Amino acid sequence: MAERSFVQEVQALRLGAGETFRGEGILAVTKALLESGVGYVGGYQGAPISHLMDVLADAKDILDELGVHFEASASEAAAAAMLSASMHYPIRGAATWKSTVGTNVASDALANLSSGGVTGGALIIVGEDYGEGSSIMQERSHAFAMKSQIWLLDPRPNAESIVKAVRDGFELSEASNTPVMLELRIRACHVHGSFETRDNVRPDFTLEQARNHPRRETDRIVLPPASFAHEQEKVTKRWPAAVEFIKSRKLNEFFDGDITDIGIVLQGGHYNGVIAALRQLGLADVYGKTRVPLYVMNVTYPLIDDEVVSFCADKRAVLMVEEGQPDHLEQAVSTILRRAGVTTPLHGKDFLPKAGEYTNKALIEGIRGFLDLQAEKPAALAGSKTAAPLPDDVANALNKAVPPRPAGFCTGCPERPIFSALTLAQQDVGERHIACDIGCHLFSILPPFNVGASTMGYGLGAASASGLNIGKGKRSISIMGDGGFWHNGLASGIGNAVFNQSDDVVLIVDNFYAAATGGQDILSSRASNRDRSTRHPIEDAVKGVGVTWVRRIDHTYDVGAMRRVIEEALTTDASGPKVVIASSECMLNRQRRERPIRRKALGEGQRVVAQKFGVDEDICTGDHACTRISGCPSLTLKETDDPLRDDPVAFVDNSCVACGHCGEVADAAVLCPSFYRADAVHNPTFWDRTLARLRKGVTAKLQQRRDAQRLQEPVGEQP
Amino acid sequence: MADELSRDRPICVAVLAIGGQGGGVVTDWLVALAESRGWVAQSTSVPGVAQRTGATVYYVEMIEAGGQTPILALMPTPGDVDLVVAAEWMEAGRAIQRGLVSPDRTTLIASTHRSLAVSEKSVPGDGVNDPQAVEMAAALTAKRFLRADLSAIAQANGSVISASLFGSIAGSGALPFPRSAFEEAVRAGGLGVEASLRAFDAAYDCLDESAPEQADANEAPLPVLSGGTPAERQKYHALCERAGAYFPDSMKAILRAGLNRVVDYQDAAYGEDYLDRLEEIIDLDKRVGGNDKEHALTAFVAKYLASAMSYQDVIRVADLKSRSSRFARVRGDIAADEEQVVAITEFMHPRVQEICGLLPASLGRGAEENRFVRWLLSLFTGSKRVRSDSLRGFLSLYVLSALRRWRRKLLRHEIEMAHISRWLANVTRTANDDYDLAVEIVRCRRMIKGYSDTHERSMSKYDQVLQGIDLVRGRADAADWAQRLHEAALQDPDGVALAGALKTIESFSGPKSEVA
Repeated sequence: MAERSFVQEVQALRLGAGETFRGEGILAVTKALLESGVGYVGGYQGAPISHLMDVLADAKDILDELGVHFEASASEAAAAAMLSASMHYPIRGAATWKSTVGTNVASDALANLSSGGVTGGALIIVGEDYGEGSSIMQERSHAFAMKSQIWLLDPRPNAESIVKAVRDGFELSEASNTPVMLELRIRACHVHGSFETRDNVRPDFTLEQARNHPRRETDRIVLPPASFAHEQEKVTKRWPAAVEFIKSRKLNEFFDGDITDIGIVLQGGHYNGVIAALRQLGLADVYGKTRVPLYVMNVTYPLIDDEVVSFCADKRAVLMVEEGQPDHLEQAVSTILRRAGVTTPLHGKDFLPKAGEYTNKALIEGIRGFLDLQAEKPAALAGSKTAAPLPDDVANALNKAVPPRPAGFCTGCPERPIFSALTLAQQDVGERHIACDIGCHLFSILPPFNVGASTMGYGLGAASASGLNIGKGKRSISIMGDGGFWHNGLASGIGNAVFNQSDDVVLIVDNFYAAATGGQDILSSRASNRDRSTRHPIEDAVKGVGVTWVRRIDHTYDVGAMRRVIEEALTTDASGPKVVIASSECMLNRQRRERPIRRKALGEGQRVVAQKFGVDEDICTGDHACTRISGCPSLTLKETDDPLRDDPVAFVDNSCVACGHCGEVADAAVLCPSFYRADAVHNPTFWDRTLARLRKGVTAKLQQRRDAQRLQEPVGEQP
Repeated sequence: MADELSRDRPICVAVLAIGGQGGGVVTDWLVALAESRGWVAQSTSVPGVAQRTGATVYYVEMIEAGGQTPILALMPTPGDVDLVVAAEWMEAGRAIQRGLVSPDRTTLIASTHRSLAVSEKSVPGDGVNDPQAVEMAAALTAKRFLRADLSAIAQANGSVISASLFGSIAGSGALPFPRSAFEEAVRAGGLGVEASLRAFDAAYDCLDESAPEQADANEAPLPVLSGGTPAERQKYHALCERAGAYFPDSMKAILRAGLNRVVDYQDAAYGEDYLDRLEEIIDLDKRVGGNDKEHALTAFVAKYLASAMSYQDVIRVADLKSRSSRFARVRGDIAADEEQVVAITEFMHPRVQEICGLLPASLGRGAEENRFVRWLLSLFTGSKRVRSDSLRGFLSLYVLSALRRWRRKLLRHEIEMAHISRWLANVTRTANDDYDLAVEIVRCRRMIKGYSDTHERSMSKYDQVLQGIDLVRGRADAADWAQRLHEAALQDPDGVALAGALKTIESFSGPKSEVA
């Protein structure tokens, strides 16, 4: 069960010819796949393409009707390997993942696939996780396309163009027997737009036919001498075929302008940004009419030499708009011009940023710089405005006031107590080398926990600690999520540790989902899933590969227990890797499951207990130690109206989900007695009410008695 | 050809929110709204991991295209945004930092509520950043600046902030659509429509265009204690009059607060001790020329002596947790109605020290040294969950709080009083030759907070600061150094900043042996 329900989106997949699809770019891709008669789809979830996976996961019925096979692959490598079904059979297949990280994982399979080449169209949809909002190292997928010779599509970022790219992509792949990569940046994946739909198409060659009539062409398989032939074939046959197709089908676009002596060459994905920049400079309008000629590369690999030459030949200067580094395109274009003897000066990263996202601001400044250089610069140029800067004192005050706000653990996250326990454990047994992994748990490296020294890739947490595996000195700790564990950690981390007789500690964070990517089910998920086999305990897998010391905590919120287990793992005499499995359900998904049930029960007048934590503001001394080992968003501070106080007191706001962490921590760390949990019983039973009345009878009496005897301060204001 | 370029421009809207706040919902509503009016709308976002409580931006462009296909941008252009909506106060500041707010164009709507960042919450002192900074910057950069506590409005109407944000957008008139169209977009969205529309309605005309002005604390009527025996009440009122008569008016508010606190803590007699001590201080204050300093010394002693005398011991905690007013406060906090039954579970962790503190001074000291007794007591210490609404739980708290009667004879009291005497002696001694330094020494009490370990750590910091102060005694800038030390001590839990400050001081004045 994914974080969001996609029922509405799934219905949009049923739209027929002539209807209008409205929605996210990545969902437009999903629909386009079905319209293109795709036979099978695989992938691994991750921003910004998670929704493609989530929607298909919820669209079983539609896929069955069309005879389309969908797999939630174990990893990007598994998804890429799936595409081998298009090697021998005329079946269209698609795979999707977050890039470049996913492409890194998939590259082995991709290299083999593109060496042998494909018969059916093979489309790889990569969500280019680059620039603002990205969570990974800043690299380009472009290099993968070049090294394995996979054609790279970078369409203009609107639904129409993206959908067209999917359709063209399959045909290009088939016309050139080469896999095609469709690159969509974060904003393009999430852009809301619309396009005119077509009917979905059943694949004419079905997977069943393939299974019943197996084929094999030895010369497609990567093994000498075929592998040598493949390399030749790539440049002699497939490349020219691709160039021919791209030219004849006019996949790249030219936009004329009246200032004909200059021009801009750009990646399709930056078209809207360039138009926005030209608008600001008074050289284009909102309907795309431009005064500067544009050559839009919707295909960024391979380049079409004579298109490049004809666009640049008679110009005084050309600007290349290519985001990120290295500047593969700028280099390629200048080579093409040089070979053709075209002397037009080529600009690019001399005006535009060498590295980093091409924001509208960056584009405006870069293009202005380029135009300023020209002999007769366009008159309108002066018109573009820039906001006046703030006075220094105001700006400084603002910079001091606005706090950094990185992502962190959600309210009630079951991983927070794990790191509180780890922090407390280190206070007892000393600081340790801690290797982290990819997943929500990586937020441990940020304040308030500041735990963790490295992250080497999804599922590689344990493996990345193996360098220190010498069995002497202080035991190291490595952390791995359940997602990473099944992605590859079982083999690369646990198996590796067993085989190499590691003496260190592996802490596996088991929150029942691939939580960071949107709460998708995985092998060890507890939920029963109609279409997947779940409930395979991590504990069994770990023991299966030979770990003998395994401890499982089924309630991570018990900070005391968590801390004891970690300390035991760090101090036990047992040999071999010590594996601690910390299991509690991701709170986001748990709330999503339980809220509707609770609402229903309340509506039906059933007895429901609503819990919330609180802090007695007159007992809290405003030291904030609790927030330093918690960092829960709902555990915050508030100013009191008590003139005797200088500092704000701790305060639990209404977003509290009563996970109990703050109380547990205050207890485990012996902080203070300010925390309490209030259980409000809705629709109390007769027994509840009688008992309450009884208690109130006594307590109220005693309280009145005391109030009469002693002077007391008036009650403070409510928050 | 230039003149052939169309002058049409889209309306550009940026929504700055924190992951989980529902900025995406607002964005979807905006798109639905525009499309329902036959406009073309394009929204983009970069949620990614920011969905997990991080700051993020949603961006929408909408235009009445009349059949043509507009090319809309995927991110805001500084200086070209018509409407910026900040779902939290500091996010408005972030929008300004990013240059999204411009005087010729931008309507800025900000929710005045704060959602504190970890960096602000972790400081042992007051790490909350200055909201005025945003107020000032917005006043200079925004064409219109509209503000309201949209979070509170949403809560009051059983909804979430996305609904009140949308209502405020409608109310601002920044978008050329009728209110009915906004409400239709909410209805079309499905989910929680009724609550959303309530919050929408409440937010529609709540926006404030002028900066709020601060209320003056000194104007408020002085709070008066309630309850107590006639005799106690009489004593108390006498004390109030005595305070009013003997001390300057400037400090009447803080003085009353202090008096109330100590009387509430113990009894009227204890309040008398408080005033006795304070009178010595004000006399001294006048002697050493405090008149020209608005008697800052006395004012601060009034404040910190009250806190020092009402130290948090087991008796105090039991007392506060078993009060009727407290039960009422808890019910209020969870908005429990009369029908609902509320159970309260306390998280306590008494240590041997706390138990010993409850024993008569001599006995307690003996106990702390005696290993057997310590072991015996340890049976009553450790992690405790107390149901303060149950008879058993309530009675145990009630009985503990009743020990108040004997508090003055208990070990903890002796320890605290000794500390206070040393502190005031130091103040008195210092005031004679350096008034400002004396004031700083008074203010150092602020450092002492927390319970158990945290309390001990704060105590040791306090001692370090006072030793540091002894090193700068006699210097003209002694007070400034004292203040620096004091602030450093509150900056981080591990005393890194403090150690640094102390090093600096030792660098120019060799460590002395004399201790406060």
